[in-house]
Amino acid sequence: MAAKKKTIRTIPQARTPVREQDPKVRARNFEEVSLGYGLDEALVEADRCLQCADEPCVRGCPVGIDIPGFIQKIVEKHHHGAYDIITDTNLLPSICGRVCPQENQCEGVCTVGDTLEPVAIGRLERFVGDMAIKEGWANIPYIESSGYKVGIVGAGPAGIACAADMAKAGCDVTVYEAFHQPGGVLKYGIPDFRLPNDVIDAEIDKLKRLGIKFECNTLVGRLFTIEQMVNEMGFHAVFIGTGAGYPSFMGIPGESLNGVLSANELLTRCNLMRARDYPNFDTPLKPGKHVAVIGAGNTAMDALRVSLRLGAESVHCIYRRSKKEAPARVEEIHHAEEEGVDFNWLSSPVEILGDENKTVRALRCVKMELGEPDESGRRRPVVVPGSEFEFETDMVVYAIGTNANPIIGQTSKLKLNKRGYIDADENFATSIAGVYAGGDIVTGAATVIEAMGAGRRAARSMKAWLGLRDTESVYLSAAPATRFGIPQDEHGFARVRLA
Amino acid sequence: MSNFEVVAREDFSPVTYLLEVRHPLMAKAAKPGQFVIVMATEHGERIPLTIADFDRDKGTITLVIQAVGKTTKEMQQNCKVGAMLYAMVGPMGAPSVLGHAKKALCVGGGLGVAPVFPQARAFQESGAYVIGVIGFRNKDLIFWDDKFRSVCDEVIVCTDDGSAGMKGTVADGIKRAIEQHPDIDECVAIGPPIMMKGCAEATRPFGIKTMVSLNPLMVDGTGMCGGCRVKIGDEIKFACVDGPDFDGHKVDFDDLMARLKRFTAEERVALEHWSDTCRLMKQADELASASSKTDPELY
Repeated sequence: MAAKKKTIRTIPQARTPVREQDPKVRARNFEEVSLGYGLDEALVEADRCLQCADEPCVRGCPVGIDIPGFIQKIVEKHHHGAYDIITDTNLLPSICGRVCPQENQCEGVCTVGDTLEPVAIGRLERFVGDMAIKEGWANIPYIESSGYKVGIVGAGPAGIACAADMAKAGCDVTVYEAFHQPGGVLKYGIPDFRLPNDVIDAEIDKLKRLGIKFECNTLVGRLFTIEQMVNEMGFHAVFIGTGAGYPSFMGIPGESLNGVLSANELLTRCNLMRARDYPNFDTPLKPGKHVAVIGAGNTAMDALRVSLRLGAESVHCIYRRSKKEAPARVEEIHHAEEEGVDFNWLSSPVEILGDENKTVRALRCVKMELGEPDESGRRRPVVVPGSEFEFETDMVVYAIGTNANPIIGQTSKLKLNKRGYIDADENFATSIAGVYAGGDIVTGAATVIEAMGAGRRAARSMKAWLGLRDTESVYLSAAPATRFGIPQDEHGFARVRLA
Repeated sequence: MSNFEVVAREDFSPVTYLLEVRHPLMAKAAKPGQFVIVMATEHGERIPLTIADFDRDKGTITLVIQAVGKTTKEMQQNCKVGAMLYAMVGPMGAPSVLGHAKKALCVGGGLGVAPVFPQARAFQESGAYVIGVIGFRNKDLIFWDDKFRSVCDEVIVCTDDGSAGMKGTVADGIKRAIEQHPDIDECVAIGPPIMMKGCAEATRPFGIKTMVSLNPLMVDGTGMCGGCRVKIGDEIKFACVDGPDFDGHKVDFDDLMARLKRFTAEERVALEHWSDTCRLMKQADELASASSKTDPELY
């Protein structure tokens, strides 16, 4: 039966809403906010894809997933097929479906989006990924060993994306991680209500099934250097994806007061170290009653919403530009607003005030207004004279970005750029032959999917360096095929029953 | 890497103990002045501990620990020979830069005696004349004085109550050493912040370069959380990657001490919670053993 050709008029007009926890309830728990699509919802939404010939979404995706392809499989109710198509290019659909900024990528260029709301590609991807976890699907490609040994430094998004590709190319891959658990920013940074830890663990388990070895508690640079990996430990190629972790502060008075901390610290204590379950977990975290978070990026939104869930009475976002310029995803700001975060646009902190115990008591800010555009194209904020104001707070969280982590630079001869990031060319090659780098340690703080894209493109360069061909994955079927209860490979043999 | 085995243990006093942990790779990489981060259990916190010594032949890392909080007390109770630590990562921090001192002063206060030892040894190996100054509250808490004598040309032992060596703090010991050796050209001091502050003040009038090793609160130890930021002169530095060694004359010790009190209340709660649990467990054990004694047929 030939399907009727879809047009913009025949598809369901409205984007299928996703069920979410009630804002008032969820602001006090760490359960996931978005409940994800069910079977029916996914089917309706998948039907909104026009299957256009142009496929702008595929080009919009940093890893180039065959988006119309997997959506068509959902329409055909062939969910495993959809999973096969996604995992050809992306082994972590449950993670990407949740944390990619789709509005700037695939959904931002969707043809349907020209007239109606774009197809909810991210939600569909998550639907497929979650179904795979629930059903225990894992696509183990047929891998023939290439005999090459590849070392990956950092088990964050860039590292694991690179590791997956190198493993599929037959390399013996070891991923080194300084923390006691793999995942990087997915684990320590992104909170459970956006990306549950068990989803990350499930996805990493799949990578282990590809034969990737994860070595935690290993601080590369200090335990052994990049040069040692190449010269002594027998790695034929190395990828560095250590991230940009080195939080910035503003340098205003009062930053060393107790109660002032980086968003990284707040999130790590809460998410990875589980301080929210204190004292069942040992890591302490003094929750604030009135929390001020400086910055309006995705990390700031996470810090704001984590603070609410830790029991804060009021949570304030301080940002020197206006809502329009805020770097966070629209959806994140919307969620934070729904949950009761108080946004102070066009305000900038000038001093943190403390009490006699050297603990934060208040934050002094000034009002800003937007002037001429600066080199980033955004309008430069200018101080409004005489606009100082103060508000009471007992916790000030900095979420204004990070600098390059210095450890690899301190311990190797790798060429760094002026800002301390690793100098890599367009093929992600560094100044040492066979050593590649990508993600935040090259570009500065960015998104999970950009880091994954960098990891994958670096893997392509590494394969070229090793002389490996880029081939399509061939999957082993999960259960050996049988006919009449006899394994396929035994067909044609006489089966003799011995007495 | 996981499961790090405790291969030796020594108890110096009711509150101070030494653990030797197997980690051949780290023993090979470690240098004086570096530290590790340890998680005793899966639910544990990450605590930074200075590497007191390392043995490249045996492949072990030596840690000297003072039982002050929940984690260190729990480790004191559980980390017997053969026990496993859930995580140990390192060596972290920049290694100490040993100058070309001809005459070096190595000062250790209390627990700090342990981490200053490899530095004293390194100075001795580089051919310097090494003067050790080690201080304790009283005679019973003294440890490693013999190890110090083996690498130092002179050792001054100080006790707060005068029960051994000279009466006074290590700062008094430093003053005496400087009187006898006006040509000391470098000093390394490790111990509690208040003691390091005293040492820095003792050497400041003489302009002797004084390095101290700072021990602020930290989570990851890789520069990612910024919890360990310290004021060095006008600058903010992260002790985990920019240190832990800094010029003692520039360190803002008052700031460091205030920041160390960040979780005092939480730490007290954790300790009480843990002590209560221990007491109940002990009672339960006693009850169980009592009942098994009275009624062996039950089993």
